[in-house]
Amino acid sequence: MNKKAIFFLGTGLSSIVSTAQAAYQLNLRAPVTEIARQIYDLHMLIVYVCLAIFVVVFGVMFYSLYKHRKSVGHQAAQFHEHHTLEIVWTIIPALILLVMAIPATKTILAMKDTTEADMTVKVTGHQWKWEYEYLGKDVRFISNLATTQDQINNKAEKGENYLLEVDNPMVVPVGKKVRVVLTADDVIHSWSVPSFGVKQDAIPGFIKETWFRVDQPGTYRGQCSELCGKNHGFMPIVIEAVTEDKYNAWIDSKKAAVAAAAASGDKEWTKDDLVANGKAVYEKNCAVCHQASGAGLPPAFPALTGSKIANAPIFGADGKYLKDGHLDRVLNGVRVMPSWKALLNDVEIASVITYERNALGNSVGDVLQPAQVKAAR
Amino acid sequence: MSTTTATHHDDHAHDSHGHPTGLMRWVKSTNHKDIGTMYLWFSFTMFLFAGGLAMLIRAELFQPGLQFFQPEFFNQLTTLHGLIMIFGAIMPAFVGLANWQVPLMIGAPDMAFPRLNNMSFWLLIPAAFLLLTSFFVPGGAVAGGWTLYPPLSVQGGMSVDMTIFAVHILGISSIVGSINIITTIFNMRAPGMTLMKMPMFVWTWLITAYLLIAAMPVLAGAVTMLLTDRHFGTHFFNAAGGGDPVLFQHVFWFFGHPEVYIMILPAFGILSTIIPTFARKPLFGYASMVYATTAIAVLSFVVWAHHMFTTGMPVAGQLFFMYSTMLISIPTGVKVFNWLATMWKGSMTFETPMLFAVAVVFLFTIGGFSGLVCSILPVDIQLQDTYYVVAHFHYVLFSGAAMAIMGGIYYWIPKWTGHMYDEKLGKVHFWLTTIAFNVTFFPMHFTGLAGMPRRIPDYAQQFAEFNMISSLGAFALGLSQLLFLYVVIKCIRGGAKATNQVWEGAHGLEWTVPSPAPFHTFETPPVLK
Repeated sequence: MNKKAIFFLGTGLSSIVSTAQAAYQLNLRAPVTEIARQIYDLHMLIVYVCLAIFVVVFGVMFYSLYKHRKSVGHQAAQFHEHHTLEIVWTIIPALILLVMAIPATKTILAMKDTTEADMTVKVTGHQWKWEYEYLGKDVRFISNLATTQDQINNKAEKGENYLLEVDNPMVVPVGKKVRVVLTADDVIHSWSVPSFGVKQDAIPGFIKETWFRVDQPGTYRGQCSELCGKNHGFMPIVIEAVTEDKYNAWIDSKKAAVAAAAASGDKEWTKDDLVANGKAVYEKNCAVCHQASGAGLPPAFPALTGSKIANAPIFGADGKYLKDGHLDRVLNGVRVMPSWKALLNDVEIASVITYERNALGNSVGDVLQPAQVKAAR
Repeated sequence: MSTTTATHHDDHAHDSHGHPTGLMRWVKSTNHKDIGTMYLWFSFTMFLFAGGLAMLIRAELFQPGLQFFQPEFFNQLTTLHGLIMIFGAIMPAFVGLANWQVPLMIGAPDMAFPRLNNMSFWLLIPAAFLLLTSFFVPGGAVAGGWTLYPPLSVQGGMSVDMTIFAVHILGISSIVGSINIITTIFNMRAPGMTLMKMPMFVWTWLITAYLLIAAMPVLAGAVTMLLTDRHFGTHFFNAAGGGDPVLFQHVFWFFGHPEVYIMILPAFGILSTIIPTFARKPLFGYASMVYATTAIAVLSFVVWAHHMFTTGMPVAGQLFFMYSTMLISIPTGVKVFNWLATMWKGSMTFETPMLFAVAVVFLFTIGGFSGLVCSILPVDIQLQDTYYVVAHFHYVLFSGAAMAIMGGIYYWIPKWTGHMYDEKLGKVHFWLTTIAFNVTFFPMHFTGLAGMPRRIPDYAQQFAEFNMISSLGAFALGLSQLLFLYVVIKCIRGGAKATNQVWEGAHGLEWTVPSPAPFHTFETPPVLK
């Protein structure tokens, strides 16, 4: 069938087959957790049962279509009921269902058992990125899509993991039971990792939970699986399962990075450095709505170029930040604009605000220092 | 079913003095046949429009990367494709068939409430206008999926309000139409036609009408709460105000799952009408068909949360909804077996309606199997919100509902127009539709199993090949429907003269009146022996 399809599609298709990924994958992804294996086996069981029923039922139908035709001179019988037959074909499916329900029930009970976890990670869905917080470890970071806009817009060659790559993957140790607690900041998202047999909606205002235990090191990828707005297709999940030693080293490096960021927040920054740093922060976090040029996508996402807020003073005469001012908007958000207080550190907020006021067609000329952001929190 | 025919020799004489003409014939119509015709044309227009949206979707998904549309507009396309196909194409088509056929099949002169009938049709027009024009308001059409889940739908622009209003109007139209159908069936059957002698299509529509009356107000309630959350400061679905976003999903799917059966039970009725005709053999297991249909309708109210297995319900809820969902396959299986037993030892011929009916039995069952796969909760965790689900519901809604409607139109159109349709072109339309449909949707099972989420405008490269195949199939499927339009118009304009009975194996009251069915039929009730 594959050969025929390729033939049918001609050369246009073969030019696209350039990745190392398995093309024409016909089944679930290879499972790497006990639960995913159970799901895989359950699915195969049901598929085989369905195939068997299919062959029998439609074998009968096609036999009948072939033999009981007027054109071959078949005379119509006139029977129209048969109680025994009708009872039999009600009871047999019920028994088949029972055979399916028993293993399914066992798997469900195992999936719901989040007790005795070795560690807990809190996952928060944001439009359109995932936030990971390792509870009790002081490690917290945002995971953004790493695929470039040029690749998405067909201006650059697409990479091997196109749309399935992030800047900060979640890292977990193999062999440990990882409990995942999920929530969302704005709308409903769904955190899905097919190789783990995990898919759990992240619902704003509620905490939901799931768990997994990976048996082999590797990189596993998933995507948001609940429509969450325009960039729903662009918030992947990447998990690296590593040995416990590597995991501990990673935790230490993450902590060191946080400490370094805090230290850099205490020093005085120059305007040029803030603008340069702010450009990177802006493009990673803000451009998705306000656009790289600052033109926005009105009416949903206003322009920053020439915007009232970005051109008005940040602080009032009393030294406190103004309500509905630039810093207030970034820290606290409004309507669909999220609050960035918990997502960006002092340096990042100071940089991006300074950038927005002195680039994107704006030239207010002032500078916001990380220390001022820290004081405003 | 044999009858003593009460043929009306004065039908034509009657027509000549009481027959309204011109535009007002349609605007003010209280005639079930004219209203049925309007429903069917409305439905076909919406079918082509929403099919056009689907072809735009498939154009964007032809290759990885963003080619034609920005993600926001892509989401509008998927949302409106779903809303218009369900509320604009499938549901009105069934109401159109009911309008034409229910009075003819039970020997009634018209619907019980002819003016309400007129109103329930004309309500569709403003609703369709609201949905279609929402593309042009600031922010564009509604983009949060046809399920309108909050909080995403609370973020949307004024098109969300237009959609809510449209849903309210459509709901009133459906409820009024259902009351009309129930009243007609209960009060206007020909003498001697007991409930258990009614044609199967009438039975399935009777049950469907009850489902509509029970389900549509629930949808109206859900979208009204959405409206007040958006504009009047309530917090039904906002956790910050003590509400719960998942509450909407419960209420929505309490409507949504019966809605699935609203769109398939009349299709079952059409199959149960066509298959005996072309097998030249009575429907097998009439009584068990009635009981199975009723069982499906009752069960449809206790399975809703299987659409929400990934929301994280308590384990008792998950188990209950898994078991109840699995149960539905039993009465559905009974129906399939009954159709096969009807074909068995028949004397079959394969005119276009029969081709459609056999294909629906076959393809709907594939959709039934994928539904069974999805009912197994742990497997559904992998498949929820992937293309597997897209494949599943197109196998039940396109190759179930839509193709059954097409079969029904080929079956009854000689009675409506007085002409036989072009059999050769009808068969070409059938094969093009069936092949293109499978090329489009079968590969989606594979992309779904491999983990491709639905409702995304762009996808990872390992899905490229199957998506390209699906897109090519979709273009062929869409274009094939223009042939259907041509066949229908050709049949209206002319063709071989249809006899009263039209089909050799056809039984029932609608085949006792002339073809085309005169403007007024059964002014004197026929009497069943």
